[in-house]
Amino acid sequence: MLTRSEILSSLERLLPTVQKPGRYTGGELNQVVKDWDSVKTRVALVFPDIYDLGMSNLGLAILYDLLNQRPEVLAERAFSPWTDMELAMRSSGIPLYSLESKHPLIEFDIVGFSLPYETLYTNTLNALDLAGIPLFSADRTAQDPLIIAGGHAVFNPEPMYAFIDAFVIGEGEEVIHEIVAVHQAWRERKGNREDLLYSLAGIEGVYVPALYRAHYHPDGTFSRMERLCERVANPVVKRIVAQLPPPLTRFIVPYIDTVHNRIPIEIMRGCTRGCRFCHAGMITRPVRERPVDEIVDAVEQAITQTGFEEIGLLSLSSSDYTQIVDLVQAVNQRFVDRHLSISLPSLRIETVSVDLMDAVMDERRSGFTLAPEAATERMRRTINKPVSTEQLIETAHAIFSRGWPTLKLYFMIGHPSETMDDVQAVVDLCKAVLSEGRKVLGGRATIHAGVSTFVPKPHTPFQWVPSETIENIRAKQGLLKRQIRGPGLKLTWTPPEETLMEAWLSRGDRRLAQVIYAAWQRGARFDAWKDGFKYQAWMDAFTETGLDPAFYTHRHRPPFETFPWEHISTTLRKKFLFDDYLRSQREETLDDCRQGCFACGILPAFAEVRRQNPGDIWKCPDVSPRLQIKVEEIALSEALD
Amino acid sequence: MRLRIFFAKTDAMRYTSHLDLHKTWERTIRRTGLPLVYSQGFNPRPKLQLASALPLGFTSDGEVLDAWFAETDQSTTQILESLQRAAPPGLKVHKVTEVDPTKPSLQTQVRSAEYVITLLDPVPDLEERLESRLSVSSLPRQRRGKTYDLRPLIETISLLLPDELGRSRIAMLLSAREAATGRPEEVLDALDISAESTRIHRSQLIFDD
Repeated sequence: MLTRSEILSSLERLLPTVQKPGRYTGGELNQVVKDWDSVKTRVALVFPDIYDLGMSNLGLAILYDLLNQRPEVLAERAFSPWTDMELAMRSSGIPLYSLESKHPLIEFDIVGFSLPYETLYTNTLNALDLAGIPLFSADRTAQDPLIIAGGHAVFNPEPMYAFIDAFVIGEGEEVIHEIVAVHQAWRERKGNREDLLYSLAGIEGVYVPALYRAHYHPDGTFSRMERLCERVANPVVKRIVAQLPPPLTRFIVPYIDTVHNRIPIEIMRGCTRGCRFCHAGMITRPVRERPVDEIVDAVEQAITQTGFEEIGLLSLSSSDYTQIVDLVQAVNQRFVDRHLSISLPSLRIETVSVDLMDAVMDERRSGFTLAPEAATERMRRTINKPVSTEQLIETAHAIFSRGWPTLKLYFMIGHPSETMDDVQAVVDLCKAVLSEGRKVLGGRATIHAGVSTFVPKPHTPFQWVPSETIENIRAKQGLLKRQIRGPGLKLTWTPPEETLMEAWLSRGDRRLAQVIYAAWQRGARFDAWKDGFKYQAWMDAFTETGLDPAFYTHRHRPPFETFPWEHISTTLRKKFLFDDYLRSQREETLDDCRQGCFACGILPAFAEVRRQNPGDIWKCPDVSPRLQIKVEEIALSEALD
Repeated sequence: MRLRIFFAKTDAMRYTSHLDLHKTWERTIRRTGLPLVYSQGFNPRPKLQLASALPLGFTSDGEVLDAWFAETDQSTTQILESLQRAAPPGLKVHKVTEVDPTKPSLQTQVRSAEYVITLLDPVPDLEERLESRLSVSSLPRQRRGKTYDLRPLIETISLLLPDELGRSRIAMLLSAREAATGRPEEVLDALDISAESTRIHRSQLIFDD
């Protein structure tokens, strides 16, 4: 394998021959380069997709900043090379290297992967392989880097258990420091690898899969997770930070265009809406907000430090941020003459959202996005996103009236109990909204329907639900493609094969690790990319390993089934999720839980954290003493079960 | 106020495209807080004009940008200093001068461009090749399906002393007018030298008047 200086001289000739060489150079404004030899711990942070995507990942940017603030630690970035660069690197013997110092990844102490979604799994294997790091955790020694992973997808870590030494469950801001501390202490005592793994497992929220063994029933369903050592946690409870730290403002400014080329400021974490399909909404509870002043100051600092012309005020549901109107006004006032565009994603479907966006500075005013997710009121009650069709039409009317010519509507097909009538309703709704737009804007009005396919996710009320079959997806998409066409109508959809892959990986168990490995060996990578995804490689991988994808996707899971992700706890009670699933079958909704607690399990689990960090930041309702007792009783009775 | 900014594009910046360089400049100026002028209308754009697109991978010491600012109290020296502080690695600001706003646009004023090419691999008969391949009155070539004559676009070409690593260097002055632009890769190709085994540096742009 080439050394750092050999990498540098090879790159000199190689970079001019690949597409977008700016992905592979580093050296941007605000990157941090430290002296390699004068730090104790070197961490590589990897987003296993191309630079253009990875540079927009806020989680990695936060960890990069936190780690580099420590004088004895350095953190550098690495991304997956696109296929042309991979080929060039492999033929010149260049291993995967970090952008800052161009050190091969294998020379780092810790390599951390961000896994926000499942389609990055094969890229993770490919990155390890390109780095010359043994793919399987079991094959690594104390000389190899420690391989860790975090992000939303690892709330079901099992399909990747064989490749990752330790998973970080939940929010990383505090636990990352504990991991570095454990690693430094282990280095000082010159421990072996087993020692490191056991020490890591002692950190709250860290899951070391090698210390657990999975058992299955004769019919192939999961039976239980056995701890191989009394000292490790079962369940491993996710980490949260009680109070969100001040937002990151010193972002690296890319030299080339990236997907979200802007300043991301997280205004709120968590969501109280309880949409039943929404993985993020379930796993990121409780809701915590940042104060308006803190956000406005952060925007100011970030503009000064980066020069970006766009700000994303991010959260799972902007409309629910308590002081959203004040925030928008404050941002407008402070930055009125700065030629700034502000994006405010995930607004509720109500005319107030249009007032809000109207007040927001957006110099382009090109499109407005609403996400009804389903087109009939029955379906929207089923998924717990209740909004009336009348309200949606009214909101659309307001959007067109205020001058937005394009309305993007997000839907999903394949929700539980969906019929062809519900799919037809997507067409009818799009046309109804378009005709509303034409009343106001004439031929300028455009509807863009983005229709993805629902994938049941672990830790949600729909974790029991079978995924839609490929035949049904095709039939439903066929209907949409035939009818959502013509002037003013645009349709985009997700290829059904990609949906199925996401589906089997989402609710997979440990046995899927073999499938991922076999699919990668057959060339699967960039599964999130239309031109990269190789369905046949995955099908062959299933055949080779003797596993049936339908077992993971289409099987109807009985109420009493134990899931292979239950040893990972979001602190939401399974009973709460199941009751909510039953409610969905009765087409009953559950209100925003800011108005009243439904005892999902968050409150008792983090009661102590909340007591230690009092204040207005925490948006779970103050529970009455009576309800508090009830909540604690439930927790106690379930602990005893 | 129209300011002319003379700058170098080096290191990792050499892989930044023309369009992305434009964005990099916009952000650099925004970081200084100087009052950059934006166009009016539906999609306001900053008023910035780059003299001449530099192909991806080339470094340069001779790039020029015109930027329009609202009136400020700052002297050009102060502006130069704040630009230097705000510039990202790889963008070096050499000089700032004030220009008559009524003068024609920078792009139309470029006459020729001077390049220095470093050969990463030895080419033993380099002098001979320069002599034999270029002492012709016309050098017809094809580019994007069109035939054109490269020879008149080469104003001068000569060998320089080798660099500190002993690598050969060629200097060439090529026409850089609209529709009459000589490309160093094309000259190298005419010399049977692959552009990938060279390092191309633009040393200066030459303007009319």
